[in-house]
Amino acid sequence: MGNSPHWMKSMPNFMDRETIDMKIAVLSGKGGTGKTLISVNLAATRTSTYIDCDVEEPNGHLFFKPKGVQEEEISVRIPKVNNELCNGCRKCVDLCKFNALAYIKNNLIVFDDVCHSCGGCTLVCHEKALTEKEKVIGKVQKGISSEVTVWTGILNTGEATGISIIRKLLAEDNHHGDRLTFIDCPPGSSCIVMESIKDADYCVLVAEPTLFGVHNLNMVYELVKLFDKPFGVVLNKFLEEENPAEKFCLERKIKILGRIPFDNEMGTLNSNAEIAVNKSDKYRELFSSLLDTVIKEVQHEAITNS
Amino acid sequence: MKIVIPVDAKTLESNICASFGRAPYFLIYDTETKESVFINNSAAASTGGAGIKAAQTIVDNNANALLTPRCGQNAADVLKSADIKIFKTTSTSVKDNIASYIDGKLPSLDEIHAEFHGQRDD
Repeated sequence: MGNSPHWMKSMPNFMDRETIDMKIAVLSGKGGTGKTLISVNLAATRTSTYIDCDVEEPNGHLFFKPKGVQEEEISVRIPKVNNELCNGCRKCVDLCKFNALAYIKNNLIVFDDVCHSCGGCTLVCHEKALTEKEKVIGKVQKGISSEVTVWTGILNTGEATGISIIRKLLAEDNHHGDRLTFIDCPPGSSCIVMESIKDADYCVLVAEPTLFGVHNLNMVYELVKLFDKPFGVVLNKFLEEENPAEKFCLERKIKILGRIPFDNEMGTLNSNAEIAVNKSDKYRELFSSLLDTVIKEVQHEAITNS
Repeated sequence: MKIVIPVDAKTLESNICASFGRAPYFLIYDTETKESVFINNSAAASTGGAGIKAAQTIVDNNANALLTPRCGQNAADVLKSADIKIFKTTSTSVKDNIASYIDGKLPSLDEIHAEFHGQRDD
């Protein structure tokens, strides 16, 4: 084995369903395309870990209804001013990219809600007028729902960014190394989405069959290309008629992983916070087959990129 | 008295800008000398906190009052700390609003809108 390629040593056994170690991120350019529908139903087909990184509006837990929920508060460090030490040099005001500091009438003012906790202001202050204090911005919850370990990140309303909550959710010790992990991402392609897909092995892009859907698909398509992530598209709300999102994929030779029909029955189950794969064999087959396709794609990527 | 007005262009014929924090320019008008100075708003392209930075500029130019159609909470907090009064403009004309201000006819701006304008910026 001494001369075997390095990927063979680290490659999981894809034939054994219980020992697949993969992180699959599910994302889309806007809310309401079906990220949660797809990640929840994929996760529910196997023993897996589901991580809800949509910290501004986490809703995966509504479907899983996890038991034995434990929670932990998440804090960030924000600046605290001692105006007696401040000499009014304004280095901190000029440094802050988010304009969280203002210097008014010989007083430095901090706007806590605007601060992104970069720590830069305390570094540039030679007078030691700025120190840091802890501020709670949200929490993470962990619970169990049948064969699925459910992690949920919750950002308090009005906070600037949920990055630190997502980091906590995706920390290495949070998920088992021997099972599938599904990362339900926030909508869009901003920093919090980048943080969510950073360590993913594969990205599933969810698209709607409209021109607006194509615009949003293009946003995440550009993001995963920028991050050099292997990816494929799931066409959600699929109808047997003109589909701009499908056309977009075919023109760019993007792998279409599956088509989820625009279906009143599944829509109703979803609206009632039911997990479709637990309610009907038809949907279990649909999502199992989609997951098999995703796993084969990840396997294919692991081989071709070695 | 020095008054500040957010404007779309560097001329007295310009319209008043609908946004304070993201206005491209500010007119600084001295009611005693009748002198007009136009400055760039360095906060216009900020990724966040534009209102705070714009308000800092108003404070640094020693203005006494701001004439604007709207103003956010953070900017209002900065201006209040500096005892700068905020008046609500009643039309889009710069000249008309300056005249109304001098005549004491402009109402004070009481409706301060929430921060972020409903948009996240990270």
